[in-house]
Amino acid sequence: MNVLVCVKQVPDMESKFTVSSDGLWYDQSDLTYKINEYDEYAVEEAVRLKEKTGDVTITVLSIGPDRVKEAIRKALALGADKGAHIKDDEIHLKDPFQVATIIANYAKDKSFDIIFTGMQSEDRGSAQIGTLVAEMLGMNCVTTIVGFEYVDGKVNVKRELEGGIRAKVTSSLPIVLTCQLGLNTVRYPTLPNIMKAKRKELKEFELSEFLNTDSKVVTLKAFVPEKKKGGIVLEGASDEIADKLVSILKEKAVI
Amino acid sequence: MKLLLVGEYKNGNVDESFYELVAFAEKLGAEAVAFFVAPTDIKPEFNGKVYVADVEKAKEYNPKVHRDLVLKIAETENPDYIVLSHSSYGWDLAPRIAFKWDAGQISEIVEVDNDGFVVPFCNAKLRRLLKPNTEKAVLTLQSGAFAPAKASSATVETLDVDVTDEGLEFTGFEVVEKGGVDLTKAEIIVSAGRGVGKKENIEVVEKLAKALGGELGASRPVVDAGWLPAERQVGTTGQTVAPKLYVACGISGAIQHLAGMKKSNFIVAVNKDKDAPISEVADVFVVADLLDFVPVLTEKLSS
Repeated sequence: MNVLVCVKQVPDMESKFTVSSDGLWYDQSDLTYKINEYDEYAVEEAVRLKEKTGDVTITVLSIGPDRVKEAIRKALALGADKGAHIKDDEIHLKDPFQVATIIANYAKDKSFDIIFTGMQSEDRGSAQIGTLVAEMLGMNCVTTIVGFEYVDGKVNVKRELEGGIRAKVTSSLPIVLTCQLGLNTVRYPTLPNIMKAKRKELKEFELSEFLNTDSKVVTLKAFVPEKKKGGIVLEGASDEIADKLVSILKEKAVI
Repeated sequence: MKLLLVGEYKNGNVDESFYELVAFAEKLGAEAVAFFVAPTDIKPEFNGKVYVADVEKAKEYNPKVHRDLVLKIAETENPDYIVLSHSSYGWDLAPRIAFKWDAGQISEIVEVDNDGFVVPFCNAKLRRLLKPNTEKAVLTLQSGAFAPAKASSATVETLDVDVTDEGLEFTGFEVVEKGGVDLTKAEIIVSAGRGVGKKENIEVVEKLAKALGGELGASRPVVDAGWLPAERQVGTTGQTVAPKLYVACGISGAIQHLAGMKKSNFIVAVNKDKDAPISEVADVFVVADLLDFVPVLTEKLSS
């Protein structure tokens, strides 16, 4: 079986974000990057499928500047077989339709049986890419999966709905599946596997091979929102602020 | 301007989120028609035309069938925008419609601006102002961003449903098991988030819950990591709560969590990250590492 996992490299969301000098994105310097959390579940699910069924080749694809190679190497250390890096220093300025076009053009002649993606990215969060790729390639697609099994050439998945309810869906292949947090428990890469990953294939591609469309959405500006509500902020020594908090809670009669 | 609103029918009712779509249309001063996959006798409180496809035939999850029904109405009504909630239904369906309709999509709109639509970015720490680059566009709205608008009942027109085998089959629902805990009845809830760092530290938050006589809650990452059971999860996919006091310990405040607790009477957040979005709903924001601060607070409350 031929499996593709799409991963995005994103900053840690606990970072301090400022608007970039062109006013359209966040300033990308001085940030710590990692694999988008949703995509980590996608990698893990593909690796589990390989461990269970054997005959599976997992390709990991990422688009972006040179630093995204770290994300690909990590996925290789987690058990993916080979990597593909489509180079683009300005991927953040492409809209979801363009990003999906790049992925679909990369994937179209490679006969992938399953494409795993995260259900959204932690930074942009459009939740569009996987579904658009499926539409472009004429594949089935189930989004927001929290359960997956492969049985006799079909997949049984659970898609997460609101309020603790899940929809059970069965589908034939090929299919695009977008992964929700908690789909599985993501493993840590071991040192020998990190070493092995360095010797795995990681091919580079030029963006121009895959992008042949204009954006369908334009960004006018990025900005810091005004704080909605000015609550009381307590800072300082724990002992002091704990006293203050207790008296506030008593004053407001909530304890 | 004309909008096609794609409403949701859930648990035997027209979902309240539909009226947020109606409010959005009013805000744009646009004419609106609506579409539902639902029983054909529904009467949404909406002043306009409603197309209904029988849920018995179209099924609650049958994305290609739902997509094609929406496109069919779009052909008749010729709307400028097709609007959905940014829900599990909406974010699944919207890109499918956008692709076939050859339109751009803007996801999770929280505000309307003269020039375009505002969406959150980087866990709501930043925002972006976006504009469709296409004549028509598909839009999804963040749950709760627009106050619901209701009117008298609608004129309903039933649609024919063509179901072809698409190799994808919805086989039923599954409900996450609930144990003995009912967070919706608790007067005080103290919740643990990713900031607890590891399972062993849950105890720190649990002791505070006990000292306050409250229930222990959790944010999604804590449940996903297996540190606490799903029945304690607060948020869109877990329980929606509104206690007298909600204490969020090490919870950044992703929209899915905020939607489940922001109606609490009084909210205290303990977080190292001053910019964490939980600060938007917190009445008191304690800037501290919960592992330092919470034990001190517990001690004071116990003595």
